[in-house]
Amino acid sequence: MLFQLEGSQAVARAVALCRPKIVCAYPITPQTHIVEGLGELVRSKKLENCEYINVESEMAALSVAIGSEAAGVRSYTATSSQGLLYMMEAVYNASGLELPIVMTLGNRAIGSPINIWNDHTDAMSVRDSGWIMLFAETNQEAVDLHIQAFKIAEKAKCPVMVCVDGFILTHAYERVDLPSQKEVDEFLPDYEPHISLDTEHPTAIGTMVPPEYFMEVRYLAHKRQIDTLPVVECVGTQFKEKFGRKSGGLLHEYNLEKAETVIVTMGSVAGTIKDTVDELNANGSKLGVLSIVSYRPFPKEAIREALKNAKEVIVLEKAFAVGIGGILHQEIALALQDLGIAIHSVIAGLGGRAITSEMIREYFNNKKHDNMVFLGLKEDVIDREYRPIKNSECNNKF
Amino acid sequence: MSNSTIGNRLSKKRNSVQSHYDRPNTLNSGHRACQGCGEALAARCAIDAAYHAAKGNIAIVNATGCLEVFSCVFPENAWNVPWMHSLFGNAPSVATGVAAAMQVQGKNVRVIAQGGDGATTDIGMGTLSGMFERNDDVLYICYDNQAYMNTGVQRSSATPVLARTATTLPNSIYSGNELGTGKNVPEIAIAHGIPYVATASIANIKDLEEKVAKAINIKGAKYVHIHVPCPLGWGYPTSETIKIARAAVECGMFPLFEAENGKIVGSTPIETVKPVEEYLRLQRRFAHLFGKNANPQAVEELQKIASANIEKYKLSGGIVNV
Ligand SMILES: Cc1ncc(C[n+]2csc(CCOP(=O)(O)OP(=O)(O)O)c2C)c(N)n1
Ligand code: SF4
Ligand SMILES: [Mg+2]
Repeated sequence: MLFQLEGSQAVARAVALCRPKIVCAYPITPQTHIVEGLGELVRSKKLENCEYINVESEMAALSVAIGSEAAGVRSYTATSSQGLLYMMEAVYNASGLELPIVMTLGNRAIGSPINIWNDHTDAMSVRDSGWIMLFAETNQEAVDLHIQAFKIAEKAKCPVMVCVDGFILTHAYERVDLPSQKEVDEFLPDYEPHISLDTEHPTAIGTMVPPEYFMEVRYLAHKRQIDTLPVVECVGTQFKEKFGRKSGGLLHEYNLEKAETVIVTMGSVAGTIKDTVDELNANGSKLGVLSIVSYRPFPKEAIREALKNAKEVIVLEKAFAVGIGGILHQEIALALQDLGIAIHSVIAGLGGRAITSEMIREYFNNKKHDNMVFLGLKEDVIDREYRPIKNSECNNKF
Repeated sequence: MSNSTIGNRLSKKRNSVQSHYDRPNTLNSGHRACQGCGEALAARCAIDAAYHAAKGNIAIVNATGCLEVFSCVFPENAWNVPWMHSLFGNAPSVATGVAAAMQVQGKNVRVIAQGGDGATTDIGMGTLSGMFERNDDVLYICYDNQAYMNTGVQRSSATPVLARTATTLPNSIYSGNELGTGKNVPEIAIAHGIPYVATASIANIKDLEEKVAKAINIKGAKYVHIHVPCPLGWGYPTSETIKIARAAVECGMFPLFEAENGKIVGSTPIETVKPVEEYLRLQRRFAHLFGKNANPQAVEELQKIASANIEKYKLSGGIVNV
């Protein structure tokens, strides 16, 4: 059924349709409206047989979910930015314990300087944690990915983080199609825990693993993530069959057949990029867009296949690793390394800086694409604030 | 104290769980604790008592620390109950999640979270306070060996003043852990107004068992703080663990009391109050207070703490043996 809803409310209702039994969270902008929405659904008994736990920190939020999932029930939490860092230890713990928790990450920059607006630095900080990470492009996809996330998590025995751009999606009112409870129940079976604290069959969960076995544990976690690629793909296909729209899967491809230059990106900015690409293509450009839904597991082969005809790839991302550069850029460059494609890096939209069509047009008009471009960087501010380190004792070899 | 020995045969009523022919052995032999480990002994007694009182329906969440490490190194496991370890500072929250999940599933499983003093009074304090404040249906047991033992005996907020640890080494400037520091977590628990708080000692196993057995079946948040000497960290022969635990209780350094809903409801009086010095002299961690560079003033400071406990918790007066 169609509704005009704020992104967060839409996500809250989608999560409720998945019948979690435990919801716990700690407030942080821009995630707050999602958990407020769920709290209200639990308190009004619209979401039944579910307990909403108001915890005292993000460390507790994810830890409660770890406990409840280990005791055998479907569990959900949500956070953003500083909150994700505050629970970081538990993030690795949840994946290490193979607990299929679903968590929404309302993507937001990380301080200092403190900044509540959108970018992907928070998500990138946990890219090696062993979670499955899915990026939503629209509010509709945010809804759909949550429904898919529980299924993927429980099949893969791995927690899933659904990344939803803070404010741009979480606070935007858009029309979304929310499936009925019956449809979701048909799509998502009851949770059958694969491990659980069971008094009939006592087991120990989370034991110390010595050097004799630790490498194998990590190797198997990697292997399982790779094995999850077809699961993500297949759940996307099942979703399309059931609900009639394409949402999720590994990648979204746009105009790749004819494109010579492909912009690779993640999340909501793909919409702006596609609009701009349409305009530019109408004037003779040959541009395409590849947006990555499944960032972890990283669909290396699917990306190679999608980009095999491209002459040039531009990775536009809302995060970067200080001291090196674009993070997704490095991963794409590694994936494509033997294909002879020119690869450029664009860092954009940090801390909520708007990414506009004009900026993207200007980037393409400015023919020479430097290796790393910061889109919309204010050169005058840099000139004013930049102070080279005085270093006369060492000769400058770098 | 006739009630403090395992297997007391004088009175059936005074028998400890440990002396039952069907004691549950929740923490089984074969774990890797040091010989004479007070924490291992306390955990076995406490969890056996909880198991007994909850008819086997218990699940445990263990914080990182000696107890976790010595009981459960893959592929070995010394626990005969469902047990999990997540992190150092989050055991109370994980237990909240376990308890909530048991409740929504309609399962009658009593949930215990446990950890050392470091896990409890320092790194897990926030999550512990949250669990207390929400009155979650969890029994938290703190095994207080008064330092970070698993990492090599560093100071925690439960380390007694003037004690030597690896990070409070006595020298010509300092006499061990600084005066005026430390945190009284049983009192902090009481201040949360939770249904039940108790302190216990492995010197008095029957009392320990009774407190745990009582706590496990109370609905809401419960806290039991157990004094557990550590031969390695405190510096004494492994055969003297019980003796030292008893000395701590008998001098008033470790008061035994119970509180309900924010009020102290009872304490265990000391039969014959002993001077603190007797307790201190048994342990190398206080050795710098005696001998060549003796520091009688420091001993006096510790005596003041013990005497204040005796007054505050009404510990003098003796008990009637049954
Ligand atoms: C976040 C974090 N910080 C530090 C540690 C290191 N660490 C592991 S066990 C431990 C000491 C535990 O002390 P306590 O809780 O008193 O238990 P004990 O070993 O004394 O029984 C420390 C500091 C850790 N595992 N995790
Ligand atoms: S160091 Fe102390 S607490 Fe740890 S196992 Fe040894 S005796 Fe027990
Ligand atoms: Mg300790």
